Amino acid sequence: MTRFVCSFGGASERDAEPPGRATDTGSGADGPGIADADRAADLGGKGASLARLARAGLPVPPGYVVTTAAFAEAMTAVDPSGALRASVEALPPGDVRAIARAAVRFRARITAAPLPGGVASVIAASYRDLGGGPGAAVAVRSSATMEDSAAASFAGLQDTYLGVYGADAVLDAVRRCWASLYNDESVAYRRRLGMGEHDLAMAVVVQRMVHPRAAGVIFTRSPVTGDRSVVAIEGTWGLGSALVAGDVTPDSFTVSKVTGEITGRRVAGKLRMHAPGGVCPMPAHLQHAPCLSDGEIRALARLACRVEDHYGAPQDIEWALLGDDVTGIQDSPCAPCAPESPNTSSAPAGTKAPADASAPADASAPADAPAPAADRIVLLQSRPETVWAAREPAPVASPKPRACDHVLALFGKTP
Amino acid sequence: MEQGRFPLPSEIADVPGAENWRSMYAYFTRFTPEDDKRFWFYNSMHFPEPMPAFDTVTAEIPYSAIGANTARLFVFPTTLGIEHRIVNGRVYITANPVTDPAEIGRRAEIFGERAGHYYENWDSLYEGWKGRMAELIRQIEAVTVPELPEFEDASVVMESRGVAQNHYVRENFQRCITLFSKMWHHHTEMLMLGYGAYVVFFQFCKQAFPEISDQTVARMVAGIDVIMYRPDDELRRLARAAVDNGVDDLFTQGCVAAEVLTALRDRGEGGARWLEEFAAARDPWFLISTGDGFYHHHLSWEDDLTVPFTALPRYVAQVREGTLRDRPTGELQAERERIADGYRSLLGSDEERAAFGQMLGLCRRVFPFVEDHKFYCEHWFTTRFFQKIRAFGALLARSGVLAEADDVFQLHHTEVDQALADVMLAWAAGSPPLGGAHFQPVVAERKRMLKVLRDWSPPPALGPVPEALNDPAVHMLWGVTQQTIESWLSPPESGVVRGIGASSGVVEGTARVLTDVNQIGEIADGEILVCPVTAPSWAPVFGKIKAAVSDIGGSMSHAAIVAREYGMPAVVGTGDATKRITTGQRVRVDGDRGTVEVLE
Repeated sequence: MTRFVCSFGGASERDAEPPGRATDTGSGADGPGIADADRAADLGGKGASLARLARAGLPVPPGYVVTTAAFAEAMTAVDPSGALRASVEALPPGDVRAIARAAVRFRARITAAPLPGGVASVIAASYRDLGGGPGAAVAVRSSATMEDSAAASFAGLQDTYLGVYGADAVLDAVRRCWASLYNDESVAYRRRLGMGEHDLAMAVVVQRMVHPRAAGVIFTRSPVTGDRSVVAIEGTWGLGSALVAGDVTPDSFTVSKVTGEITGRRVAGKLRMHAPGGVCPMPAHLQHAPCLSDGEIRALARLACRVEDHYGAPQDIEWALLGDDVTGIQDSPCAPCAPESPNTSSAPAGTKAPADASAPADASAPADAPAPAADRIVLLQSRPETVWAAREPAPVASPKPRACDHVLALFGKTP
Repeated sequence: MEQGRFPLPSEIADVPGAENWRSMYAYFTRFTPEDDKRFWFYNSMHFPEPMPAFDTVTAEIPYSAIGANTARLFVFPTTLGIEHRIVNGRVYITANPVTDPAEIGRRAEIFGERAGHYYENWDSLYEGWKGRMAELIRQIEAVTVPELPEFEDASVVMESRGVAQNHYVRENFQRCITLFSKMWHHHTEMLMLGYGAYVVFFQFCKQAFPEISDQTVARMVAGIDVIMYRPDDELRRLARAAVDNGVDDLFTQGCVAAEVLTALRDRGEGGARWLEEFAAARDPWFLISTGDGFYHHHLSWEDDLTVPFTALPRYVAQVREGTLRDRPTGELQAERERIADGYRSLLGSDEERAAFGQMLGLCRRVFPFVEDHKFYCEHWFTTRFFQKIRAFGALLARSGVLAEADDVFQLHHTEVDQALADVMLAWAAGSPPLGGAHFQPVVAERKRMLKVLRDWSPPPALGPVPEALNDPAVHMLWGVTQQTIESWLSPPESGVVRGIGASSGVVEGTARVLTDVNQIGEIADGEILVCPVTAPSWAPVFGKIKAAVSDIGGSMSHAAIVAREYGMPAVVGTGDATKRITTGQRVRVDGDRGTVEVLE
C-alpha cells in the first residue's frame, strides 16, 4: 500500500480478530516503539491516540487515518509551485477582507481539485476494507497536528462529518476537512501568529459510525480537586458531543481507583440530547434516569485505569457505550431540529456535527441480552491531563524522625 | 431557628409540662448568663435521649476525666477540657480552646514529652492498661449490697470487726461511683492520644486525596482481629454447638430465650453440654450493651437475652445449610493491605510515601486500643456498674423508699446517697425509712417529665457561631467541623435525611424503625433498619437487613465497620432518622453520599 493511510482497531478483519489491533498499511504508519510525537506528526493528535489505544489492545471503533503525507501530496497537487501558499503568507494580518477572499479561493481549489490518484485509491480501498458493505456509515474527523492548549481554539475550527456513506462521500469529506484549515478564522489566526503556510499539516480520521446508547468523558484524575485516586466519569444519553457543546448537564460519577467503589453520584436533569440526526429534546423518561448502571460505571472506571496505566500519566478520555437504543429517537423524532438526517444524506456531504467529540461507535450490540458492560465500551480519544499536571502541589508531608512527631506537630501547631 | 444563627442558651424556654426539669440535675450543669457568649452544641452522639437523673453520671464523670487528660495530664497544646450543660434534659457541650501562641508553645513542650512517652511505649503501656482495667472490673464485680439482717452476723462481734452492715451500704455504693470514675480516667488515658494519631493520618489522606471517603481511610486502619467481634463470634460458636449436640430444633424463628433454656434442661446430655457452652460464653461476652454505655436502660445481652436469641435461629439454620461463615479475617487483612498499598502507590513522591507509612503505622499501633477499650469500659465494666446500682435500687425498693428497683435511676447519685443514708438510719433506729413519702412522688414526676422532654427537638447548637473551627484537637473532642455547623444552619430538606455515609452502596427498601433493641425480633429479611444507635450488639441482625440507618454514630463506629464488612450500605449520625422515617415507608439509602431519601 502506501504511506497515505494507517488503519487501526481491526479494520476489515475485525470479525476474525479481536478488536483493538492496529494494522499498519503503509510506511506512514509505524509500529510500536516509534515516539508518539512522531506518530502525531503523521497521524495528528486524535489519529495517533486512536492508533495507540488500539495497539494497546484497548477497544476503539475500527477505522483508519489519512496521514499528513496524504495531505502534503494533495497540497502539492493543488498548489504545485507553492505560490498560492506564499500569497497567503503575504497577507497582512489585519486585512480581514483580503484574508476572506484568499480563503474562499483556497477552499474552492481544494474541494474542486481531483485527488492525486494514489491518495484517492488508498482512501477508497481502506473504506472498503473497513467492511460493513458499500454503504457503511463512517465518521470523518480532522486530526490536527497541534494539540497544545494554545492551538485548541484553532483546532476546534476544524470539521467533523458524521454518517458519511460511500467511498466518494468519504473522499469528499476528507477534502472538506483539509479545506477547513482554510476557514477565514483559521487563516486569520495563522496570520495573527505569523505562522508559515508551508508547514501546515493535517491528518483525517475515518472511523466506523455507530450510535452510542450513552457517551461522555472520563478524567482519570479529578478535574475538580486533582485527586489522583479517583476516576471522574461524566456522561449523557446519546452522543457525547452534547457534553462538549455544553448542551446538557451530564450525570457525573466518581469511582475510587483503589477500592472500585462508586463514591460520588449525581444524576442531572438532562434536557437535550445529541443523536446522529441532530439536537433534540431528551425523552421524558430519560431526563432524570442515570445514563449508566453501576456495572457500566465500574467497567468504564476499570478501562480508564488501563488507559492511564498504558500512558503512565492521568488521561482525559472520550468514551461511548454501545447497546440497545433506549432513546427511541435515532430514526425520526428529532428530525425537525436535525440539520440533516444521515439516513437521507448522500454524497458528497455528511452531517456536520457541533463539535469533534461526537461519538462514532459500533452499533452491533445484540438487541436482547446485552453483552457485559466491558464489551460494549469503546474509546474515542485519550489525551494527557494537563491542568493539574501543570500545578502539582507541594508534598503534603515529609517523614519525621519518629512517627509520633507527626501528631506532636499537628497538635502543637499555633493556629 | 432563624437563618444564620443559633438560639442563645438563655432563649431556650422550658418545655411545657416539664418546667421542673432542673430539679433532676446538679447545679453545675445549668446554663449561666455568661454562657450566652459561647458556642455550644448538642451531644446527640452520646446523649440522644433526655437524661434520667442518675444517668447524668455518664456525663459528669467522663467530662471530668477527659478534661483532666487533655488539660492537665498530657497538656494538649491547643485545648483545655470540655464543659457540659443540661437544658430540658439534653446535654450540650463546649470545648475550651487555648489560643495564645505563647501559651500554646509552653504547653506544646510538655505535651511533646508526655505524649511521646506514650506513643513510643504504646504496646507495653497497653498491656499494663489491660491489667489495670481487669483489676477495676474485678473490683466492681466484687462490690456487694449489704443485706441489713435483723442481727449482724456473730463474726462481726466475735472477730471484733466492729463495723455494722449499714456502714457498707454507703461505702459500697460510693465505691461503685469512684470505680466508675477510675474506669473513665483509664478510658481516656490512652484514647485521646489514640484519636490524635488517627486525626493526623485522616488529615494527611484528605489532603493527598481530597475525594477519599472517611470510610476508606478508616478501612486502612481498622483492626481485623478486634475484641468487639467476639460476642457475635460466640453466637456462631453456640449455633454450631446446638447442631453438634442435637438441640438445634429448639432454635426457631421467634423463640423465647427463657423457654429455650428451660427446654434444654430436659434434653439430657446434649442440652447440658450446650448450657455449659452457653455459660462459658456469657461471661464476659454477653456483657455487651445494646447501647454505648451511657444510659441505664441500654441493657446488655446478659440482662436481656432477646438479641442473642433473635440471632441464634438464623445462625443455626446457616450451620445446617453449611453456609455459616466465620469472619474471613485473612481476606479482610489482605483487603486492608491492598487498599493501603493502592493509596501509597498513588502518592506523588517517595517522601510522601515514607510519611504515609509512618502515620499509618502509628495508627495501626494505637488502634487495637481504640477499638478494644470499648468492650472493657463501656460494655463489660459499665454493664456491671449499672447492675450494681440496680441492686442498690432493689435495696431501696425493699426498704420502701422506692416503688421498684429501676426507680433508682431517677435519682441523682447524690440523692441516692441521701436515700441510702435514710435506709442506714432507719435500720439502725429500728424504724421505717422516711424516703418513701419523699422520693416516690419525685420519681413519678421525673418519669412523667422525661416522657414530655422526649418530644422536644433540641436545637443542634446554641450561641454565637465560632468564626473558624480549624483546630484538629477541638475537632477531635467535639466531633463536629465547620461543615457540620453550616449544615445545621441550612434549613432541612423535605424528604431527605442526611448523615454520615458509613458504608458504601445504594439500595432501596422498606424501612423498619426500631426505637428499642428489644423490638429486634420484628425485623423481616431484606428490610432497612432505622434505629437510634447501632451498637455492636446489633451486629447479629446485620445479616438479615439490606441497609442500616442510625440517629447516632460516626464512620469509625462499630456499626459502620460491621456494615462495611457485610458490604451493606449504612448511613449513621443522621440525628433524627427515627423521627422522620416511619416503618413501612420505602426509602433509598445512599451510603456514599450519606443520605436517606423517603420515596413515598
